[in-house]
Amino acid sequence: MASEIKQGTLELVNHLPILQVITPMLIAPILVVLNNKTLSWLLSFLGALACLFISILLMQTVSDGSILTYYLGGWVPPIGIEYRIDAANSILLFLISIISAIVLIFSYSSLHAEIPEEKHTLFYSCFLLCLTGLLGVVATADIFNVFVFLEISSLSTYVLVAQGAYFDRRALSASFNYLIMGTIGATFFVIGIGYIYMATGSLNMMDIAERVSQIGDNRTIQAGFAFIVVGMGLKLAMIPLHVWLPNAYTYAPTVVTCFLAATATKVALYVLIRFVFSVFNYEDTFVNELFFLLLMPLAVVAMIAASVIAIFKQNLKKLLAYSSLAQIGYMLLGLSLMSQKGLSSSLVHMVNHGFTKAALFMSLGAFMLNTKNVYIKSLRGLGRSMPFTSGAFVIGGLSLIGVPGTAGFISKWLLLEAALETGYWLLAILIIVSSLFAVIYIWKIIEVLYFAESTETYSEVSVLTLMPIWILAFFCIFLGINTSLTVDVANMATEILFK
Amino acid sequence: MKHHLILKVITKFMVGVIVLFGLYVQFHGDYSPGGGFQAGVIIAAAFILYGIVMGLENVQKVMPIWFAQKAAAVGVLVYALTGVFSIIVGFEFLNYHAINPEHPKHGQHYGIILVELGVGITVTFVMIAIYYGFAGRTPRLDDKEW
Repeated sequence: MASEIKQGTLELVNHLPILQVITPMLIAPILVVLNNKTLSWLLSFLGALACLFISILLMQTVSDGSILTYYLGGWVPPIGIEYRIDAANSILLFLISIISAIVLIFSYSSLHAEIPEEKHTLFYSCFLLCLTGLLGVVATADIFNVFVFLEISSLSTYVLVAQGAYFDRRALSASFNYLIMGTIGATFFVIGIGYIYMATGSLNMMDIAERVSQIGDNRTIQAGFAFIVVGMGLKLAMIPLHVWLPNAYTYAPTVVTCFLAATATKVALYVLIRFVFSVFNYEDTFVNELFFLLLMPLAVVAMIAASVIAIFKQNLKKLLAYSSLAQIGYMLLGLSLMSQKGLSSSLVHMVNHGFTKAALFMSLGAFMLNTKNVYIKSLRGLGRSMPFTSGAFVIGGLSLIGVPGTAGFISKWLLLEAALETGYWLLAILIIVSSLFAVIYIWKIIEVLYFAESTETYSEVSVLTLMPIWILAFFCIFLGINTSLTVDVANMATEILFK
Repeated sequence: MKHHLILKVITKFMVGVIVLFGLYVQFHGDYSPGGGFQAGVIIAAAFILYGIVMGLENVQKVMPIWFAQKAAAVGVLVYALTGVFSIIVGFEFLNYHAINPEHPKHGQHYGIILVELGVGITVTFVMIAIYYGFAGRTPRLDDKEW
């Protein structure tokens, strides 16, 4: 290293990419040392707000197509770890940060219903570690660093899911299943990284991309790619590898479910996108065939089958979990079209579905504060006694279906456009069929909420609980009207990725 | 536990030696095989050995659960704050030049020692906490059941 550097030359602004990741990482151990319930919540919330602020600054900086890089420890990239922020990951950093902040508002008034108070400090600490992991996966441009952060987020996720055991013991087996499946996924992923390192001798994404294009057709690199696709397929719950997801979402505490449903699977999908476009050559026939012959059919199966299963579920958390599987199908479909429009629709849908699903799960959580369970029969007539929560649920439901004027419409429209552009008429029809299934299972809930006779009357939840739900519901509408935040950034991102 | 006399005497003798060896591995980790992780496991092994032979209650008198939990978090803080220090001075996160900009080589040396110390502390207390987690769940064997 250059020895003439006598003093630091970097301003705080230059540190934004790393501050985004280390802010929650610093707060997590402080919480454990302080060990105070209220203070833990306050610090985590402030940390999440700081993350949100940083992510907005980052998004503003990169929205013109520029790229921010940061060398960890001052080591120059192929050797050192590089953080690289462009339009594609800035939008995900924003999604993760804002969802974590909103979810933490909700947790203040609802967490005590599900987790004993003496565990709150450790819960928030774990939550922040999970946040660190997710942000880190998205921010980094070093593939081994991706694996490390992925494990940080996954390990804390297993713990967070298991916290549901105070409410329902089945959370333990759900968490254990997730642990096993997630670890297998991580193993596949790291084997894939190993193969790539073997073939190219580098871990930096840009460096690998350069070397891969020089090497050309190589069996080792193809095997590595296949391993990574399977590993990420497990993490993002691609349909035959989805078994962990419904139970994990159902039995986790509501706060955790909201956060995971809105972020975790999206981050795994982002990793897949990043590997396809920034590490491998997306024009490679092997990559194209893999996506066309394998991922596209699986995505279609996810869209249809998961929606059908969702219709028959009585436990509403499970219903929404299956609906999440279907929505992941949309995102995968957009990606597997391998066109700019397809990818752009996939990125937009990540954000829109994040807000939509968080709104739905959170209003279910608010129902659960009163009814103590989320079976469809206990929600009878709640539309009258809990009008505000039900209203938010309806907005989220409409956005999930894709009614014009909501966020879900924008991304489904983009996906339809992308499918028609590539000439797959059948896909367009299947997307609409899947949306119709969504109408059925959402209507089933709305019918019970508004048109069934109530057996018991409950009072509306507190304003503090309603606030985060309505912030999310607002975003469901806002992103359906003002698309500059999502579509423009996603278009910029696809341009960078397709470069 | 009279019939474990040899075990107990040897353990009492060995605990100090094990910890000493752990510290050796810890502080020579920057230029010889070893480092924070290995040292942490070795030091934790001393406590675990003491716990196995002398009983969980006795080891928890020396090392209470709450202390192990908090100390594990402190280790992470040591690591992270080393990085934050470089940011405050105006270098990249975890750039050890910041510790001694006049002599970057010394800075790198001190930096790696500090970071390894953080790793060592965390690994030690996490290992102990894991042992407590497992040992605390089962009813302890009565002496007569041996």
